Amino acid sequence: MNNKKVKFSRILLSLIIASGLLLVSCQPEVVEVEVEKEVVVEKEVEVVKEADPGSLVVYSGRSESLVQPIIDQFAAVTGIEVEVKYGKTAEMAAVLMEEGKNSPADVFWAQDPGGAGAVAEAGMFAELPADTLAKVDSGFQSKNGDWVGVSGRARVVVYNTATIDPATDLPDDLWGFVEPEWKGRLGWAPTNGSFQAMVTALRSEWGEEKTKEWLQGIMANDVGVYPKNTPQVAAAAAGEIDIGFVNHYYLHRFIAAEGESFAARNHFLTGGGPGSLVMVATIGRISTGANEANAMKFVEFLLSPVAQQYFAGQTYEYPLVEGVKIHRELTPIAELPKIDIDLSDLVDLQGTVDLLTEVGALE
Amino acid sequence: MNTIIQNTRKISIFKWLIWFAGALIALTLLLPAFYLLIRALDAGNSIWGILFSARTMRVLLRTIYLATSVTLGSALLAVPIAWLTVRSDLPMRRFWAILTTLPLVVPSYVGAYLFISVLGPKGMLQKWLSPLGVEELPKLYGFSGAFLVLTLLSYPYILTTTRASLMRMNPALEEASRNLGYGAWSTFFRVTLPQLRPGLAAGGLLVALYVLRDFGAVSFMRYSTFTRVLYIQYQSSFDRTGAAILALVLILLSLLVLLIEIKTRGRANYYGGHVGAVGNPIQIKLGYWRWPSLLFCSTVVLLSLLLPAGILCFWLLRGMRIEMAFPSLWLSAYNSLISSGLASIFILLAAIPVAWLSVRETGRIATFLERVSYSAFALPGMVVALAMVFFGANYAKPIYQTLYLLLFGYLIMFLPQAVGALRTSFLQISPSIEQAARTLGHGPLKVFSSITIPIAWPGISAGIGLVFLTVMKELPITLILGPLGFSTLATSVWSAVEEAMFGAAAAPALLLILLSSVPMGVIVLRERIE
Repeated sequence: MNNKKVKFSRILLSLIIASGLLLVSCQPEVVEVEVEKEVVVEKEVEVVKEADPGSLVVYSGRSESLVQPIIDQFAAVTGIEVEVKYGKTAEMAAVLMEEGKNSPADVFWAQDPGGAGAVAEAGMFAELPADTLAKVDSGFQSKNGDWVGVSGRARVVVYNTATIDPATDLPDDLWGFVEPEWKGRLGWAPTNGSFQAMVTALRSEWGEEKTKEWLQGIMANDVGVYPKNTPQVAAAAAGEIDIGFVNHYYLHRFIAAEGESFAARNHFLTGGGPGSLVMVATIGRISTGANEANAMKFVEFLLSPVAQQYFAGQTYEYPLVEGVKIHRELTPIAELPKIDIDLSDLVDLQGTVDLLTEVGALE
Repeated sequence: MNTIIQNTRKISIFKWLIWFAGALIALTLLLPAFYLLIRALDAGNSIWGILFSARTMRVLLRTIYLATSVTLGSALLAVPIAWLTVRSDLPMRRFWAILTTLPLVVPSYVGAYLFISVLGPKGMLQKWLSPLGVEELPKLYGFSGAFLVLTLLSYPYILTTTRASLMRMNPALEEASRNLGYGAWSTFFRVTLPQLRPGLAAGGLLVALYVLRDFGAVSFMRYSTFTRVLYIQYQSSFDRTGAAILALVLILLSLLVLLIEIKTRGRANYYGGHVGAVGNPIQIKLGYWRWPSLLFCSTVVLLSLLLPAGILCFWLLRGMRIEMAFPSLWLSAYNSLISSGLASIFILLAAIPVAWLSVRETGRIATFLERVSYSAFALPGMVVALAMVFFGANYAKPIYQTLYLLLFGYLIMFLPQAVGALRTSFLQISPSIEQAARTLGHGPLKVFSSITIPIAWPGISAGIGLVFLTVMKELPITLILGPLGFSTLATSVWSAVEEAMFGAAAAPALLLILLSSVPMGVIVLRERIE
């Protein structure tokens, strides 16, 4: 345990009405606030603290509650002052594109490859060094080295444990859910990035026609539409639906909060295919960022065993570098089907959005 | 003689300054529209296909239908509560007045999630009722759910503006009506209600525009509105240009709503001919009606506030039971209070010239100014935030990602709330009172600060309250425009809910409600409604 004092300076504004006209003048005033934070520092990290470690600006499409602890660790061991802007991945990508070369960001940590793809297409990433890219499987990084995967998640079906016996009741692959026996029992989140990535994978594996038939078949089964993954997991546990198409890790957070009696579990479709597609959160360095060296330190840190162990143990994700243990309930990544598509390809993504629009899934 | 000439000169300087301030504010408020036009010029062809598709038209009609229904529903909840808490001898009036405004601080996605967990197909209520043989609850998903959540969370807009109108209303009219032999009901419908038109219209406008820009409740409740289509454009296609075109349509829609508001508010004068300060209004004795009245108020509070707060408490307790680590909240709380407090003052100051011009000046420019102030209000926060990112990062770098630019973002988003509340109160002040003060030799500033502002106080405090509550819960602008590392209670709630950490979300959410009740309490306790 190590106590670290973090200084926050806050600008206060005083607004003054000047002699009756409503001109507003501003005067900054600095107030020092001290907060004590406990930071766990692992011993394995070998990073040398420099005299003036400087700073780093992170734009994160991943949420604060997930990644702030590991960022705090990075700051503690390197002494680098890290400032983070949090938001949804698509919003952060839009912000970066609006800022253009004036962006204060050094790195962009995106929840899904689509967001990274949008920023890459705007030409804002710097190419990452080959030895950094070499740490991660080539399937989980951009083709031209713009970004690299940090941690992975798999598509699964979440099922209600009271009504479904996974050994006998579930089909081998996604296609099975178009059968009429599933009518009124399914849920999905068609606007969600991970779901759309899965559909993109379906299009690549099955072709447009079969994918369209699948979408229409699921809709014909009166699928419940959810805004994102988490309410689907909650709905599966409550019995509102029997099956939801989700990412694997939300379930583990629900169980952590509500206990083992939580009435939903994940199932990896045994027949393979895009039903258990693996997707990654990505990081890339913004080429106009002022702190290039620190940005690279951060990328390296995220691919270090310490950070990878954090993702495996604390956020229930798949580590992407060799030699880090996964959560005991997860199917190893090597046993999941590998689908060779570029999930950051926006043209592909648009094709998926068009298909979803065409069948009316986005209404 | 000399003083009169001097005074006239002062008045014209005063006027020019107000015009200048008004013009400056209007320019600021037009920034999002400029930005959208710039973006829309780059738009590809595919977006026109989306825009003019039968599907989008259907969504557009559904959006209008939802906005209309929620506005009417909110008025039905708000007007009785406003009247009861200002005009009747309802027990614990101030207590009800505070509690009934607080639902405004609950973010709509949180509200929707909580409602589903209670009233959803397999929610808590269903579980409690199933031993009694209730197999299925009425359908929540779809229009009914969206209507329910949005009405319960946005009726305080109408409540606040209507209460301000009631407090400022000239009691002589009602007295005259009672003296002429009309009963309480008849007086309410013939005299009071017509007098409330500006307040009702101002609040109704805020509700309708809020529905237009809402994303959280409608997506949870599976009722696709125009804003959802716009979000899909950003989220799924990363297409800013297409989204810009859709956002321009939202601006057009808000202008349409504005026209309806102007029709509703009417052209009449709402001030008494000679009365300066308001006398004490008649307090109606409720008699036996007090019981149904109490039942009504408590039902509304139960559904809109206690139900969400109760579930949040449940989550919190459950989180504590498993000894979950709760991150420290006091910095977020401090940031929330500071940003909401500063925003309320800043926005109020900006709203005064706009509202004053729109009431006192009859020309087209003054009317235009007021319209402009509403143009961004129907835009989803994210669109306003991106506009400010565009201008801030490229043309105002020194204030980019500082509290200053954040305040401008809030100004663009929330000015209409303050203008709406203020305007209603200014309307109730007779210009002859101001003129009388001036002929007594007081300068325009002195008249404004010692006559106009004190008389308009109900509207001013209503404006402050509305802005404070909505900034407290604001999310996209705070996330995008805030200084690096800036977190508020609203961002803490969002960050936790996003990852299904409900125990961690409950603490900041409850604190949000609790802290908001303090300034609302101060405002209500200062009211003179004896």
